[in-house]
Amino acid sequence: MDLYEFQAKELFAKHGVPTQSGEVVRTPSHAFEAAERIGGLVVVKAQVKTGGRGKAGGVKLAKDPAEARERAHDILGLDIKGHVVHQVLVTPAADIAEEYYVSLLLDRANRTFLAMASKEGGVEIEQLAVERPDALAKVVVDPLVGVDRAKADEIVDAAGFDDSVREQVVAILEKLWDVFVREDATLVEVNPLVKTPTGEVLALDGKVSLDGNADFRHPDHEALVDSSAEDPLELRAKEKDLNYVKLQGSVGIIGNGAGLVMSTLDVVAYAGEEFGGQSPANFLDIGGGASAQVMADGLEIILSDADVRSVFVNVFGGITACDEVANGIVQALEMLAAKGEAVTKPLVVRLDGNNADVGRQILRDAGNPLVELVDTMDDAARRVAELAAQGA
Amino acid sequence: MAIFLTENSKLLVQGITGSEGTKHTIRMLGSHADIVAGVTPGKGGRTVTAEGRDIPVFNSCQEAVAATGADVSVVFVPPRFAKAAVMEAVDAQIPLVVVITEGIPVHDTAEFFAYAEKSGTTRLVGPNCPGLISPGKSNAGIIPGTITKAGRIGLVSKSGTLTYQMMYELGDLGFSTAVGIGGDPIIGTTHIDCLAAFEADPETDAIVMIGEIGGDAEERAAAFIKDNVTKPVVGYVAGFTAPEGKTMGHAGAIVSGSSGTAQAKKDALEAVGVRVGKTPSETARLMREIIEG
Repeated sequence: MDLYEFQAKELFAKHGVPTQSGEVVRTPSHAFEAAERIGGLVVVKAQVKTGGRGKAGGVKLAKDPAEARERAHDILGLDIKGHVVHQVLVTPAADIAEEYYVSLLLDRANRTFLAMASKEGGVEIEQLAVERPDALAKVVVDPLVGVDRAKADEIVDAAGFDDSVREQVVAILEKLWDVFVREDATLVEVNPLVKTPTGEVLALDGKVSLDGNADFRHPDHEALVDSSAEDPLELRAKEKDLNYVKLQGSVGIIGNGAGLVMSTLDVVAYAGEEFGGQSPANFLDIGGGASAQVMADGLEIILSDADVRSVFVNVFGGITACDEVANGIVQALEMLAAKGEAVTKPLVVRLDGNNADVGRQILRDAGNPLVELVDTMDDAARRVAELAAQGA
Repeated sequence: MAIFLTENSKLLVQGITGSEGTKHTIRMLGSHADIVAGVTPGKGGRTVTAEGRDIPVFNSCQEAVAATGADVSVVFVPPRFAKAAVMEAVDAQIPLVVVITEGIPVHDTAEFFAYAEKSGTTRLVGPNCPGLISPGKSNAGIIPGTITKAGRIGLVSKSGTLTYQMMYELGDLGFSTAVGIGGDPIIGTTHIDCLAAFEADPETDAIVMIGEIGGDAEERAAAFIKDNVTKPVVGYVAGFTAPEGKTMGHAGAIVSGSSGTAQAKKDALEAVGVRVGKTPSETARLMREIIEG
């Protein structure tokens, strides 16, 4: 889960990383009040989970509360790379002498952690990494040791920070490590880390990504979820513990196993090219078990998606037997009918693997005219795309 | 021969008394696995009876290894206890530790992976993987033993169900070993490790490699193939239509900006002569052409 800037800064403050407080508001008039309380020059900053806010006009200075209200009015509702701004952070404007960059992250390629640091912060770091790679220091961090004093010194040396800020940057790096490890983050980034004219070093911005697998040991992280920003279908799926991602197309997809479902999306998109560009409406992995209840929950969500015109159930019986899956589909359709949500969209089902013959017979015996059996994944993808095109 | 797992492998199951551990112990025994021990802290001295075999349960890996000579551990321990379980297996110097558990925090994986690397004695497979099977010889994990038979194709895959699908499509030809390496951001055994082992395995003639979006493991595998693999390789990559910034089921399956896309992986593989199928079935056909000439 990616956090908003203000949430990242709250975690920074919790672990002693010097930063600036501010207020998060959702209306221009609240921005006025916040600026009044803060006093003096303020910055109004769009809170969206993407970079490049400044360039998109999402970060503006305001000299007084009235101007803060105007700037908030301009920024709220902006679309920044597909993210609509619903809230802004009003924060004191800092005088900046120098801008730096520091981050801690998961280095997938090398299967370890990495610290990155540069004296040239405030710019897009991806760009800096390409244009002037020497200006961006990369230091491997051993997960079993972490960022201690020695490692922080190594990072500061590698980046070539001035001695006048060494002690402060070292302390900040050690505290950012606390954020990284104690909050189970996969990314902690400060860009820019600034030095003020009086020599104080503080985090003016913050980006943090948290590992959802670690939620069990962070009950407090639940409060960081912004339900209002999530797709309503994704939210409902999450409540039912379903692995669901909303996409833009017309073919509902249910499958077992992340890889097989990803592959199903691709195969449907290829087949859909022949039928006026039909494409998947969602990703839904019902996992190994695939009980009737899980199948019903999944079908219910997919069928309530107004964009869906046909549904592809693609299951390979590995551990699960296909007769259980077939029974799951039959029971799911009955459960939905009993709830008054009778299925009216065509379902194409492909079953392979363990007990596939028995499973197919169960579906034939059930005799639901909306359920069509197709033998192979590729043929089923073509058929479901064709049905979606017909339903258009 | 096969890779990593042979008819001589002696398995222990960590978490054998849990429901998943017990269920899959029975399945593994049914597909030629020689399971000699189980480990569940606090339940040492018990016996798990499965498939007509009495498997002794120990409190720790050290005890289990000392008593039985187990050289493979299959881990079914829940996420919050997985790190300690894996480190215990490393301390017991078990050469191969297969971590089936899904949902382990990546900080824990980073730690136990670093720990295993430092030990110099243990290869990890997974986490969040289906394990590996050498059909007719042994089975360490949850890959069904009923899909296919022993043969001369090697398979390495991030995805469980795509592994099963591919084994099924090529079921009449059979496999030397199929390794599900898992879809987490940090995994113990990579595509490259498996490619190197298959290249060296006299019982493997050709290799199927299945990848998916996220990271750059497939690109690195392509570079490795160019310089080190003489056996024919066919590939498949899942996730061409996955949107940026969304995690597709596997914790590691995410496109970030322009990195980790399926297209980049396919291009990298094709550039080194790997034939890449558009669908799993087409990939299976490409492999069939190679084997059947």
